[in-house]
Amino acid sequence: MAIVSSAVLLGLQYALLALGVYITFRVLNIPDLTVDGGFTFGAAVSALLSIAGHPFLGLLAALASGAAAGIVTGFLQTKAGIHPILAGILTMSGLYTVNITIMGAPNLSLIGKPRFYEFLYKLMPDADKDLMKILAVFVICAGLCILLILFFRTVFGLCIRATGNNEDMVRASSINTNMTKVTALAIANALVALSGGLIAQTSGYADVNGGSGMIVVGLASVIIGEVIFGKRSLWLGLISAIVGSVVYRLIIALALETSIFSANALKLVSAVIVAITLSVPAIRKAFADSRRKKEARRNA
Amino acid sequence: MLEIEKITKTFLKGTLNEHTALRGLSLTLDDGDFVTVIGSNGAGKSTLFNAIAGSFLCDSGRILLDGKDITYQKEHKRAKQIGRIFQDPMKGTAPDLTVEENMALAYSKSTRNILASAHRKKDLAFFSEMLKKLNMGLEDRMRTKMGQLSGGQRQAVTLLMSTMVTPKLLLLDEHTAALDPVTAQKVLDITKEIVAENHITTMMITHNINQALNTGNRTIMLSAGQIVLDLKGEERAKITIPELMEMYQEKAGKALDNDRMLLSEV
Repeated sequence: MAIVSSAVLLGLQYALLALGVYITFRVLNIPDLTVDGGFTFGAAVSALLSIAGHPFLGLLAALASGAAAGIVTGFLQTKAGIHPILAGILTMSGLYTVNITIMGAPNLSLIGKPRFYEFLYKLMPDADKDLMKILAVFVICAGLCILLILFFRTVFGLCIRATGNNEDMVRASSINTNMTKVTALAIANALVALSGGLIAQTSGYADVNGGSGMIVVGLASVIIGEVIFGKRSLWLGLISAIVGSVVYRLIIALALETSIFSANALKLVSAVIVAITLSVPAIRKAFADSRRKKEARRNA
Repeated sequence: MLEIEKITKTFLKGTLNEHTALRGLSLTLDDGDFVTVIGSNGAGKSTLFNAIAGSFLCDSGRILLDGKDITYQKEHKRAKQIGRIFQDPMKGTAPDLTVEENMALAYSKSTRNILASAHRKKDLAFFSEMLKKLNMGLEDRMRTKMGQLSGGQRQAVTLLMSTMVTPKLLLLDEHTAALDPVTAQKVLDITKEIVAENHITTMMITHNINQALNTGNRTIMLSAGQIVLDLKGEERAKITIPELMEMYQEKAGKALDNDRMLLSEV
């Protein structure tokens, strides 16, 4: 049971990362690599403010710093005309210096410092502490997901969705596509940084390398969600990213528990899962083509 | 309505591939004019449209729309007043969005509040009303993804989208050329209807000379980035296609070499 609850807690926190990746990868159609740097940025900011005694402010600041990172990437992509993937890599790389500078050390410990979920302990002293953590994170997750769904139903949200689909058409509708891209990148990276900020506080430490490989974690969650729910509509996509993130953590917990692979193999396994799932359409086509060829030969 | 004063545009300046697409081209359109544009391959027809719509900035000259100088205005800002439809039916709509979402996006030109809901009941009724006029049964498929419609249907919806908030100027860049003859005729008929109903100043590029002379009230012919022929009124009504060809040869100093134009039914 403890394994399940800790997996769910992790999954819900990483769900915000998955939402961010969903917005850039699926809605905007740009794989954004800012994520790896932005995740640590959020963790660092949240940890620092938590140490200073302001855990809630830490989460808000994580959101803001992620948005700022997204705006930088957006600026590089649109105004500076740098290839989207390279723009993300540049921001990510630059953020490493920012992170280590503000942290002042490769890692920060939050032992004995206030956390955002602790007010619930005072509110309900008899309740299970793990459940309280899950509840707090779930509320944040669900609230943000609802806000996103509402946002993507507005005219501006629609413009962002269309930007990832047919940029010319959006411009023809008198909408500045640079604006839609920068906004989407800001929102996505704010979510990613908040995810880092939450995890820093619940796990009790922030590490300057904590964000490495996060883009793959986010993609894996999005893809697992799509395997479960299919790709039908945007709101379902957002929910499936959250569910995908939780399921991903459960799978990993299960695999580690039964010693299928060691914790060190985690990143390789995730990368392989993502690579295989993303190549499914190509594999399917290859199979269909070879079947067609065989059939043609038989009929000849 | 539209005043173009001596615009020039040279691509790849200073290289071996330097190419002057517009050479001091001037043109004035009156309110409600429907001008058809013809010319051989590479005469500068689409470049002229790109210049008006703001896909690039001209090297020199001025463009005024309704008395306002738009020479250096950004493309998306001009789009507020200029509707544009391309030959490729895929270009004007977002394939993964539904028909109603596409229309809502185009309709957003009319509102300033970008955080308003894109699914207002009142708007949806209006969209359905407009789609009904197309007689394509699309009013019952508003939740269908745009990518699932046929080319003709997409082009018809694109036409609605670019005229639902009445533009000051409508640019049609061979918008029926990729469609089969029956659908092309239908889309052209819808175009004429909408343009007449809303009194929209329109420019239409076509490779069909017959269509060029029978649609609208004025025909211009481009050659090497200049207007070589400007027909309207009596003169335009009387002219025959062989006469037009001859006039072109005289003015441009060479035979008309638009293969599609020559092969099209006349």
